[in-house]
Amino acid sequence: MITLEHVTKCYVPGVPALNDVSLNIEEGEFVFVVGNSGSGKSTFLKLLTKELDPTEGIITINGTNLRKLRHNKIPMYRRNIGMVYQDFRLFKDRNVYENVAFAQRVISASNREIKKRVPMMLSLVGLAAKYRSRPKQLSGGEQQRVAIARALINQPKILLADEPTGNLDANNAWDIMKLLEEINQRGTTVVVVTHNLEIVEAMNKRVITLKKGVMVSDRKPGEDLD
Amino acid sequence: MKTLTKISTFAYSLKMGIKNIGKNKAFSLASIATMAACIFLFGIFYSVVMNFQNVVKEAEEGVAVTVFFEEGTTDEEIEEIGKEIKKRPEVSKVNFISASDAWKEYKEKYFNGNEELAEGFEKDNPLANYANYQIYLSDVSMQSTLVSYLKDIDGIRRVNKSDAVANTLSDFNKLLALISAGIIFILLLVAVFLISNTVTVGIGVRKEEIEISKLIGATDYFVRSPFVIEGILIGLIGSAIPLAVLYVMYGRVIGYIMNRFVFLNNMLNFLPVNTVFRMLVPVSLVLGVGIGFLGSRLTVRKHLQV
Repeated sequence: MITLEHVTKCYVPGVPALNDVSLNIEEGEFVFVVGNSGSGKSTFLKLLTKELDPTEGIITINGTNLRKLRHNKIPMYRRNIGMVYQDFRLFKDRNVYENVAFAQRVISASNREIKKRVPMMLSLVGLAAKYRSRPKQLSGGEQQRVAIARALINQPKILLADEPTGNLDANNAWDIMKLLEEINQRGTTVVVVTHNLEIVEAMNKRVITLKKGVMVSDRKPGEDLD
Repeated sequence: MKTLTKISTFAYSLKMGIKNIGKNKAFSLASIATMAACIFLFGIFYSVVMNFQNVVKEAEEGVAVTVFFEEGTTDEEIEEIGKEIKKRPEVSKVNFISASDAWKEYKEKYFNGNEELAEGFEKDNPLANYANYQIYLSDVSMQSTLVSYLKDIDGIRRVNKSDAVANTLSDFNKLLALISAGIIFILLLVAVFLISNTVTVGIGVRKEEIEISKLIGATDYFVRSPFVIEGILIGLIGSAIPLAVLYVMYGRVIGYIMNRFVFLNNMLNFLPVNTVFRMLVPVSLVLGVGIGFLGSRLTVRKHLQV
C-alpha cells in the first residue's frame, strides 16, 4: 500500500533530512515511526502527503507514483489519506459539527450526506453530545478526537498521525491510541509518528526507527525494541 | 446530482465569503475604504475629463469649412454638391447660405445704422457670387481630408478653412486622451497594489485555514472561491459607496461653480449628472469588481502551493 524505494530528501543540497529509506507498509497495518527530533519523521509524513517531493527515489501509494502526480490530481489523492496533527489544526471559529462537516464539504458531499455522516462519526469518537462546542471549549483529548473524526469522515484508506498524543496527558494519550487501534481494526491502515516510546511499547505494533534521516530498524510486532 | 452538489458547493462558498467579510471586520473595512478611495478619485477624474471633452466637442462643432462656387454654377448643381457633402462621415451639418442671405448678413454687419448707403446695391447684389455651404465637422482632425475632397469637386471655386483652430482643437483632444489614459492607468495600478496589500494581510491571518483545507483534499477552486467572492463583494461595495457620494456631490459642485463664477455660464456647458453617470456607473462597478476579483485571486494563488 505504501512503498518507499531509496527515498532521499534534502532541504539543503548534500544534507539529507531523509537518507535512502526503503520500506513497505501493507494494507491494514498499524505502524509506528519513531525517532528523536531531526530524525526525519515529519519529512517522512510530508512526503506521503505530497507536501514535499523526494530529492531521489520513488514513493508509491495505492499504486500511485507520487512523483508523477500532477498538481490538479493532488486533492483527489489526499482524500484517500486522513491526517491528524499534534496541534489538532481545527478551525477555531467553527463548532465541532462544522469542523467535521468541513471535510465532507471539501469533497462536495450533499447536505443530506453530511447530516447523516457527521453525527455518526462524532458518535464513533465519543463526542456526539458536544457537536455545538467550539474547539476552545474542549479538552486537548477531545480536540484530538474531533481531528480524528474529521480525518476519517471521508473514509480514507490510510490515516497518518503526526505526534497525535504530543499535547495530551497520559490518560488522554492512551485513549487516543485505543481509538486509533479501533480504527485500524476496522480496516484503515494507520501510520503514527511519535516519540512516546512508552505508548509504542505498550501497543506492540510494527515500529520503524529513524535516526538522522536513516532507517535504523524495522521491528515487527512482538519483537523487542532496541 | 452532480449539478446539485456543485450548486451546494457554490452556495457554501458564497456563504463563507459573506461570513468572512463580517468575521474580518477590520480587514474588510480597510479593503472597502481603499477601494472606495480609488474609485472616488477615478470618478472625480472621469467627471472632469467628460466635461472637458464636452467643451472641446462643442468648440469642434463650431468649426466650419466654407465652400464657394464657380460663376455660372446652377442651383441644381449646387444642390447636388450639397447632397454629396452631406454623405461624408466626418460632416455633421451643412448649412446653405444663398447670395441674398450673404448680402443680408453683410449689410447687417457693415451698414448697420447707415442702411441707405447699401440701397444702391439692391438691384445688383455685390455678393451674387458668394452663395456658399458652411460645413460643420464631427471630428476636426478630419478637416484636411474634407478640404482635399472639396477642392476636387467640379463647380467649387474656393474653400475657406481655419487650420489653426482645427489643429489646436485636434491636438488638445489628443493630449486630453493621452493624459486621461495615463492618469487612469496610474490610478488602476495604485488600486491593484493597495487592494493586493490589504488582501495579503487578510490572507496571512487565514493561511492556516488554507493549509488545512488543502491537506484535507480541497481543490484550488474550493479554497479560492470564498476569498474571490469576498473580493468581489468588497469591490462591489467599495465602488457603490463612492458612486453614491459622487452622484450627490456632482450636482452640488456644479451648482456652486455656476453660482460662484457667473461668467462661466456663457462659456461652459456642464454635462448633466445622468449623462456622466450613464458610463461612470458600469465602468466603476466593473473596475471595483474586477480589481476585487483579480486582487484576491492573485493573492490566494501564492498560498495554494501546499
